[in-house]
Amino acid sequence: MKQRELPSYLQQSDAVKDRFERMKKRPVTLQVKNLNKEFDTPQGKVTALKDINFETYKREFVCVIGPSGCGKSTLIRILAGLETQSSGDVLLDGEAAIGPGPDRGMVFQGYTLFPWLSVKDNVMFGLEMSGHSKASSEEQAFQWIDLVGLSKFAKSYPHQLSGGMKQRVAIARALANQPRILLMDEPFGALDAQTRAKMQGYLHEIWKNIDVTILFITHDLDEAVFLADRVLVLKANPGEVQEVIEVPVPHPRSPEQLLEPEFLATRKRLEELIHPAEADAGINEDHLNMVRMVRVDNEVESVY
Amino acid sequence: MMIMFTKLFSIGKKLDSRQRITMSVFSFLLPLLIWSLVSYVPFIWHPKVEIETAGDVSYFQQGMLIDRNIFDREVETAIKESKAVPEGVAANPVYLPAPHEVATALYTAFTTEPKRRNEKWLHESLWDSIQVIFWGFLISSLIGVPLGILAGTYDVFSKLFEPFIEFFRYLPAPAFGALAVAVLGIYDAPKIAIIFIGTFFQQVLVVSNTTRKLDPALLEAAMTLGAKRMSLLFRVVVPGIITHLYKDLRLLLGWAWTYLIVAELIGTSSGITWFITQQARYKNFDNVFAAIIIIGIIGLTTDLVLAAIGRKIFPWEKGLAKA
Repeated sequence: MKQRELPSYLQQSDAVKDRFERMKKRPVTLQVKNLNKEFDTPQGKVTALKDINFETYKREFVCVIGPSGCGKSTLIRILAGLETQSSGDVLLDGEAAIGPGPDRGMVFQGYTLFPWLSVKDNVMFGLEMSGHSKASSEEQAFQWIDLVGLSKFAKSYPHQLSGGMKQRVAIARALANQPRILLMDEPFGALDAQTRAKMQGYLHEIWKNIDVTILFITHDLDEAVFLADRVLVLKANPGEVQEVIEVPVPHPRSPEQLLEPEFLATRKRLEELIHPAEADAGINEDHLNMVRMVRVDNEVESVY
Repeated sequence: MMIMFTKLFSIGKKLDSRQRITMSVFSFLLPLLIWSLVSYVPFIWHPKVEIETAGDVSYFQQGMLIDRNIFDREVETAIKESKAVPEGVAANPVYLPAPHEVATALYTAFTTEPKRRNEKWLHESLWDSIQVIFWGFLISSLIGVPLGILAGTYDVFSKLFEPFIEFFRYLPAPAFGALAVAVLGIYDAPKIAIIFIGTFFQQVLVVSNTTRKLDPALLEAAMTLGAKRMSLLFRVVVPGIITHLYKDLRLLLGWAWTYLIVAELIGTSSGITWFITQQARYKNFDNVFAAIIIIGIIGLTTDLVLAAIGRKIFPWEKGLAKA
């Protein structure tokens, strides 16, 4: 393959630079300060996250990416309040966020819709929990369902929906509480490539029109570059912030941009960070021990 | 033929609905076929001989059932001594009536008046049994299901209840019979108590186990949506396990029937068990079989009805089965 000359991922057009400058003047929604997480295992203490520091600005879209075992899921679970950090602070609009709460919405990879509730009742769940009357939550639920384009399925049960539809319900359910930040843990990981691309488009549409900051975990490099304003790259053992990359691809994003030089440059940088070159140079032990096992007189001498 | 065979015996594949119904019918027909073969084909089993004419054998009487070897010996002696030879047909022991006899008994058991005035009709006996089961199972469920859910949800209750219950469930319920009579008298109360003891301890453990199988991600999702303690329990845990809980209860109801037989022998014997023991004493084994079959029919019908109700009230259950 021919190596194309790519610009540096740090190189931003004036419009993009201006946008980042304006963004950084916005108030900080989520601030993570000196966050550490250690697990006690039979093999001893394991540091899952070490000294994590970052912040997200209001209505920013941040993707978190990293190799497996970098603790990205642990990080988002701490942010959601489903796990507690060993030390450090999570501040939401300047206030410490402790325990799970409706101010931080969460979308899981496994949908986690309540199978015994219809789509409408699923979306109503959070509203009712936060004390809205039945009538008012029903009305709001219909609005959110309409927003994600599932009005026809309001009365259906989750098992009657496709994966992409389920995830749209999950997003509507999380957004109905009007959280300040939407935490998404590899939400499109279980979807096929086409649905995934469509969902990425939908998510951008939702994000554009709703007052919400999004923190999105993924292991898909293209997804990270396509969706994010900034990408938080973690490294494994222990999980640390390796780099925060400002994506130089201008908004609004479209699938055609996947082949633009700034897109490819950013993707290449992520690739370098997540799969360092020496890992591929044969130092690692994980490889096949393949020898030719086809007879010499096989009809197909070579598959090439 | 070969294709048919591979289709029927492919591992992990569901049969089509017609084949499944056929197989379900066969599952009843096969035992009935075996029973019929043993009953109606003279050279299968038939260890007895029913005397038709006694001949010169002094102790033979018409209609008497005699072991085949004794009969053969008597025939031999009769021939040797040139006396009148007894005649008879191969027969099964009295405790194995033929299907048609049981079928008749199934009908006549309901139409025959009880032998003594203070005795009960079969349907009255059955109704007594059903009431004992109902109350025993209801009381057990009213306490056992909440305890099981608590134990399955909170580790503290699990550790507080379950060790003792694990111990207690090994104590055989019938062993408490005498105690139950001493405390609760001789009528229905001790019987209900035995059903309760037989069901309750298993029930708590089964329900707590089912509760623990609830996907923890659903609880986490609910918490991120703002659900707190009580609403987590009543709006997530309970509806989340209800379909499985319902299945558990159907299963446990079957167990309650097995304890019924012991329970009804306690104090004044009553219900269907009384009917069975009474009929066995008169050697009316066709009636005994009829009564046992009726228990089976009641059990199976209740279960099928409950399953149908379940499908109605849990419309999302079809999706669960698929997942």
